[in-house]
Amino acid sequence: MITIEGMFRTRIGSVIRGWTDKITEINRKYATPRIRMSRGVKVVLLFLRLYLIFLVLLLGYKFWTML
Amino acid sequence: MDFGSTFFYKYRRFIKVVKIYLLLAGPGLIVMLADNDAGGITTYTVTGAKFGYGLIWFLLLIFPVAYIVQEMTVRLGAVTKRGHAEAIFDAFGPFWGWFSFLDLALLNWLTLITEFIGMTAALSIFHIHPLITVIIVSVIMMLMVLQGRYWTWEKIAILFAALNLIYIPAAFLVHPSVSEVLSVGLVPHFPGGFNGTLFFFLMANVGTTITPWMIFFQQSAVVDKGMKEKDIPWGQVDTLIGSAFTVIVAIFVIVVAGTVLYGSEIESAAQAASILMTTNPYLGTFIAIGLFDAGFLGAICISLASSWAFGEVFGWAHSLNLKIREAPWFYACYFFALVTAGIVVLIPNAPLVLITLFVQVIAVTLLPAALVFLILLLNNEEVMGKYRNTTAQNVAGAVIVIAIIVLSTLYGISTLFPEWIA
Repeated sequence: MITIEGMFRTRIGSVIRGWTDKITEINRKYATPRIRMSRGVKVVLLFLRLYLIFLVLLLGYKFWTML
Repeated sequence: MDFGSTFFYKYRRFIKVVKIYLLLAGPGLIVMLADNDAGGITTYTVTGAKFGYGLIWFLLLIFPVAYIVQEMTVRLGAVTKRGHAEAIFDAFGPFWGWFSFLDLALLNWLTLITEFIGMTAALSIFHIHPLITVIIVSVIMMLMVLQGRYWTWEKIAILFAALNLIYIPAAFLVHPSVSEVLSVGLVPHFPGGFNGTLFFFLMANVGTTITPWMIFFQQSAVVDKGMKEKDIPWGQVDTLIGSAFTVIVAIFVIVVAGTVLYGSEIESAAQAASILMTTNPYLGTFIAIGLFDAGFLGAICISLASSWAFGEVFGWAHSLNLKIREAPWFYACYFFALVTAGIVVLIPNAPLVLITLFVQVIAVTLLPAALVFLILLLNNEEVMGKYRNTTAQNVAGAVIVIAIIVLSTLYGISTLFPEWIA
């Protein structure tokens, strides 16, 4: 028997599936970076990763001290 | 040829150049004047009230910085025909793509809230209820995009951008001492000595001048406008004029605040307007109108920057030249950001101060990446060809990026831990 709850669940499920499919498609489309990964580019990207880790740690410390 | 004929010929030629410029002007002028958004106007007002004319020289330094950064987006957009979000995905892969995109979406939404805070505060001075302000602003912003032409949107936006110049007549109302403005303002010095508070204000002024949304907005606007490689010189002139205007407006805000509010403990532009309404109603009105316009200008650019980015990443149709039925998701993003940001401002006891501080911290996480990607993309010879950065542009860009990363990081840290700079 078709219930409103069942229809709602199916609808939500298909929306979520649609989004995850879309994200997977985007990830696949851009899987290979097109910029030439020279040593300079690699160093810069590594710096950016470390910089982000630093900021995350800083934010974590802020929340830790706020508690 | 006699003098009259030569003069007439040159006059006609000048008028023709101006007409072509006005046709092609847009992204650079709009983004630069929108740079003086509600947060920017507040920063300049508080700076003027705290240090008088003492930091005008510092704003002059920001002029080339703003131009060099934004000019790169013109070349990148005109050559690749891609927005910045899509360009990052394409060049650096999904990790950096998602990071930049999600960070931008969050940052823009939070910044949009701060624009609404500025607009509602400005119109509250005229006893207009925040709910009415949010409704009016949302309706105008929706009508601006619904007419279905980028060109029309751009020209309306330029009209609102022109209103940003209201601080120039406002400065004439306060009769500042020109000699004092020049002697105090143009000589590089640190009023009261170099200390933590002054450094915080220097960082705040840089932080409000170079923002991530500007990079994303201008590149997407260049693409939506349909600018080609041959239009790059016009785009550069547009950006140069816009950079000049943004600094001129900032200086006039400081002159106004430095003349009538110097020494006062001012925390926002709305507070300044409110105080001035009691002593000089014309000036208070000018400041309030300027603050509202600044918030409005920022809001129209920021909400569009997000919608363009969503469209680029998810592959949806994303152009102001398309009708709603042709680009439903693009307009849905625009309306969603607008309405939700407006609603947040109307929530009683919403943590608006916390949101304003959070914007500064989130901006610090995105700005360095956006700037670094910009320079790397401009050095991609395969894509940029003869429009890639020259050595001189790379040196200037690198110096600016390093300086901005250091200053914005310290600004973010001092926002998180104000006790460290006390």
